[in-house]
Amino acid sequence: MKITLWGVRGSIPTFNPSTRVYGGNTSCIEVEEDGCMLVLDAGSGITNLNFSNNLDCPRIDVLLTHLHIDHIQGLSFFKPLFDPTKEVHIWGPHTHAHSLRTRLGRYFSPPLSPFYFRDLICHLEVHEIGNSSFNIGPFTIQSAYVIHPGPTVGYRVTTRSGVFTYIPDHEPALGRGGLNHDIRWLSGSELAYEADLLLHDAQYTEEDYIVKKGWGHTTMEDALEFASVTKVKRLLLMHHDPTHSDAQLDACYAQLKEKTAYPFPFEMAVEGTGGGGGGGRPSGG
Amino acid sequence: MSQNSKHIAYPIEIILNRQLADCLAIPVFITDTVGNLLFYNEPAEEILGKRYQDTGEMKVEEWSMFFLSKDEKGKLLEPEDLPLVKTLLNQLPYFKTFWIESLKGKSEKISVSSYPIIGRAGIFVGAVAIFWRPSDE
Ligand SMILES: [Zn+2]
Ligand SMILES: [Zn+2]
Repeated sequence: MKITLWGVRGSIPTFNPSTRVYGGNTSCIEVEEDGCMLVLDAGSGITNLNFSNNLDCPRIDVLLTHLHIDHIQGLSFFKPLFDPTKEVHIWGPHTHAHSLRTRLGRYFSPPLSPFYFRDLICHLEVHEIGNSSFNIGPFTIQSAYVIHPGPTVGYRVTTRSGVFTYIPDHEPALGRGGLNHDIRWLSGSELAYEADLLLHDAQYTEEDYIVKKGWGHTTMEDALEFASVTKVKRLLLMHHDPTHSDAQLDACYAQLKEKTAYPFPFEMAVEGTGGGGGGGRPSGG
Repeated sequence: MSQNSKHIAYPIEIILNRQLADCLAIPVFITDTVGNLLFYNEPAEEILGKRYQDTGEMKVEEWSMFFLSKDEKGKLLEPEDLPLVKTLLNQLPYFKTFWIESLKGKSEKISVSSYPIIGRAGIFVGAVAIFWRPSDE
């Protein structure tokens, strides 16, 4: 399973000299196995996906965790949607009130977009998922609702080469007692349990979180604790806060390294790589 | 290679109801779809005479023994007259005022509101019973 991080910034694309190392694009992850590809979320990072490299395969699956703008804003620029030879499947969370197609249609319509959903000329299929299991080519996928404002899922992707869990927007510590260490009472634990790699929300510092409780995100410390409780083998921290510069992320990473002693390796996710780094040195592969 | 995770977590609708209950000053009981008690908060511990920390989750047969439900005249209520039982049967909210008697013989007038937890997917995942001490105006 080859994983490429095309966007790891949270909330809003943030491009300036101080975000050059970790990157400014919002959530988009490419997962490849046996020439087949999954795209996890369609944030602004989706524009960096290069289809000429792979994929004779005419089918592309885009798995959305939720419909917050930072996770779908790249869809209008996603070329396969405008290619009649392509078969695009969009997967996203089911909710009782409105269909996924209707909710996506709000984005794919004026004034937010110059065209309507019905104008997309690819062969398009929309799939609603919740606490579900499904297969796409070599991928076995488990989705589950997680704590975040609005219907939101996380994904657990299994192939013969390993288990990758993706929960970019998640507030498992919401509540009076913080993160529950009984995993049955811990949102997202089913997805992350014993995964080879967990890519998880770590938007806030502990100081940020004091005034951001209920906004749907996690502190770096809680992300580490979540990974520890769910026994993951490697952790990448993502959904970097748009106000956090490279230097601040480096400093946070150094602090986390110093004050914690978890048995698994962890890094800050770096855009354009397969992994992460700390101190500005991408090391993943 | 393992496929889905082997570990089973509660649906987040149950988890979020617990988080809420944990912050409330009124007694709250949370059950699964058949009435097994998954969580009760501190104010509810008083009614049950037990601590969640000590008991953890309890089977329906077990926790329903901790108090008797009676009408004004002291006659035992049938289970299907109780709001929580009705919620579990019909997946609808109910309300009723009645008397409960603890194992130690202490009697108390109580009002119970119960509601089903039906998640975003439209699936019934459990129920909540809130116990109120009625003000006798
Ligand atoms: Zn986000
Ligand atoms: Zn979000």
